[in-house]
Amino acid sequence: MSILINEDTTFIVQGITGREAVNLTRECLDYGSKIVGGVTPGRKGRDVHGVPVFDTVQQVVEHNGGRVPDGSVVTVPPAFTKDAVLEAIDAGIGLIVIVTERIPRGDVAQMVEAADARGARIIGPNCLGLVVPGVAKMGGIGGPAKNTEQAYQPGSVGVMSRSGGMTTEISSTLSAAGLGVSTAISIGGDAIIGSSYAELMPLFEADEQTEAIVIYTEPGGRMEAQLAEWVAEHNSRLPIVAFMAGRFMDDEEMKGMSFGHAGTIVEGKEETATEKIARLEAAGIPVVERIDAIPDAVRELGAHA
Amino acid sequence: MPGLFIDVEVHDSVGDDVELAKKLEEVCPVDIFKATPGGLEIREEQLDECVLCELCLEPAPPGTVRVVKLYDGTALERT
Amino acid sequence: MRFYEYEAREIVKRAGIPVTDFGFATSATEARAIAERIGGPAVIKSQVLTGGRMKAGGVRFADTPDEAEQHAEAILALEIGGHMPRGVLVDPKAQVKQEYYAGVVWDGTRKRPLMLFSDMGGIDIEQVAEEHPGHVGRGHYSNLLPFPDYQAKQVIAAAGVTGSALNRLTPILARLARLFRERDMTLAEINPLAQLGDGSFVALDAHMEMENEGMPRQQALLAELGIGADEGTREGHEPSPFEAAVKAIDAADHRGVIQGKDTGFHGNLGLVIGAGGGSLTLTDAVRGHGGRPANYSEIGGNPSVAKACGLAKAVLRKDGVEKIAVMMSIVSNTRVDIVARGVIKACLELDKDPAETIAIFRIPGAWEEEGSKILDRYGVDYCDRSVSMHEAAGRAVAKIQGAAA
Repeated sequence: MSILINEDTTFIVQGITGREAVNLTRECLDYGSKIVGGVTPGRKGRDVHGVPVFDTVQQVVEHNGGRVPDGSVVTVPPAFTKDAVLEAIDAGIGLIVIVTERIPRGDVAQMVEAADARGARIIGPNCLGLVVPGVAKMGGIGGPAKNTEQAYQPGSVGVMSRSGGMTTEISSTLSAAGLGVSTAISIGGDAIIGSSYAELMPLFEADEQTEAIVIYTEPGGRMEAQLAEWVAEHNSRLPIVAFMAGRFMDDEEMKGMSFGHAGTIVEGKEETATEKIARLEAAGIPVVERIDAIPDAVRELGAHA
Repeated sequence: MPGLFIDVEVHDSVGDDVELAKKLEEVCPVDIFKATPGGLEIREEQLDECVLCELCLEPAPPGTVRVVKLYDGTALERT
Repeated sequence: MRFYEYEAREIVKRAGIPVTDFGFATSATEARAIAERIGGPAVIKSQVLTGGRMKAGGVRFADTPDEAEQHAEAILALEIGGHMPRGVLVDPKAQVKQEYYAGVVWDGTRKRPLMLFSDMGGIDIEQVAEEHPGHVGRGHYSNLLPFPDYQAKQVIAAAGVTGSALNRLTPILARLARLFRERDMTLAEINPLAQLGDGSFVALDAHMEMENEGMPRQQALLAELGIGADEGTREGHEPSPFEAAVKAIDAADHRGVIQGKDTGFHGNLGLVIGAGGGSLTLTDAVRGHGGRPANYSEIGGNPSVAKACGLAKAVLRKDGVEKIAVMMSIVSNTRVDIVARGVIKACLELDKDPAETIAIFRIPGAWEEEGSKILDRYGVDYCDRSVSMHEAAGRAVAKIQGAAA
């Protein structure tokens, strides 16, 4: 089992003719994902690695005999992302992965609100998507199929990470240790994202394959506090291990500086690494200091290979 | 300044073929080739940017364009 | 992007919120002229992008134009928190009956803007929220639907305000909420929002921050405010020579993205690291081993050889840098061989031996076999994913400490 996607999941790529989109299309197809169409306005009639390109999402649906694809990977420039996402939502697509970076927060909030109203889920923006090892991937996560295979072995741990690259580093570590990964999700590095840790927890909770959760987190934002609250309110069967990067930002000399992702701008006391670590640990979520300490911490909490 | 890591060896006959020279200029993603009225120019400052894509090997007759990896002595060429 | 008070007040004014008849001056003579126009007691306020103006002596009261000129002269020469003022704001001294607070921020958890209102203005809203929670009203609003005034009214009423004040404050908070949305703000604050002796309300101070990502579509407003592209995003600190150099290298080539920071770093180990999360993790790891980073950096998005080389050179040119550690989390887009070429080239162009200068090269992932051939050729110590990020950082630190001993 897995969450969000499986071997039958169909999706489209909006902005499919862009340089990065062409790559991720190739990578996803090689990995076994089912891409049923692409959209780039004005490019109808072309194809990208055998995937037909259309002007509108509606045309893809018509081409597929009225069947609405399960998902969409959106990789269009920031100024056009909102419109592309609203188009996907309006077509009835239920899972939207937004790869694009540097989208103004106001646009993200509008997309999320529209998605909520229609029961759709957004992953990202500023993310690499998600992968179910050995089954399918949606987005550039893990890179070319053979690299993804190398880093992501099927297993029992669900991974959620604010950093795309660290999703792969952590999953590779879990795979090398024999634990493997059930579903890994790059949730995005921005201040406002479609799906936070706490919002994805119920899905992992319902997934039999998943026996533990690992999260990668950074200073900034209240997403860890939200997770801690979720854990306190739900009697979750899933142990969680956290890794916190950016502890150095707590230094007096670093105050007010911005590093890494857009979300990593320390604005208040609650959002520093120190505060977050205390909050997570109070909720029973151990915070390890090294990526290579994650597998042992997961085993200690009771997940098996 | 020649490349530290990459050299591109082109047979003289390639420079005489105006169409081929243009084609090489077009396919190279890092602008190593420049078609000139006099033939084909290799832009040395771009050599190290070569991404080993081999797109320049395809249009030329076998053996006439070689991409040499100076760090291990091997070369990419069409046989 | 932060705005000076005089700009923030102008933004508020354009949104239809009443302000005083203030003026902005960059010289003492101009300040005097504004004070003369005001024709009564005035307040002279330093225009600087930092807090603590009052304590630092950056806000002074003048009864006459002569005094206004003298105060302006002194304030214009006064550095506050490491910043010289852009100018002074000259404001008519208001007869304040009561001070209120009105603000809008993002709530990342609810993913909606959040209005805050209090009848205890003039002090930090955090302090009011902590000490007098009953005096703070809050309310989220939709970022999609038109903003109705009643939502502002609810928030003000929740702070305990009623009577004619409620009715006069409602359109002000509603306009602030719309402004926040329309102008891509991350913070829009009026504090104090003052009720004057005659019962009218004016914004006596305003604080606005615009999201950098929103700036491209707010060009018209920025131009009207006289803010040129040369001002960038007004980071909280002046870029160091290293930071400026890295920015220039990044801008010169569209392939890949590099960033570098060294404000607050004083070490001897240069870091050529990536990407976002990997850089944070590796900086912690180096410090965890007792290492002293000379800088922070991020490599991402598959940069060219020239860009990787440029970053490594900028790091190596920093005073006190003895060695560099080249490390990333597993890469799938950025290429190992390209980064290897870049950093080795940087060493050679600066007449340094790559084998000595590069303490460790740990970038697993795309094209790593090709990368290892290059690193072998130059005798650079490298490792693959079987060596954790933490261990790799430890090896770099051990090497530089061994070299220093």
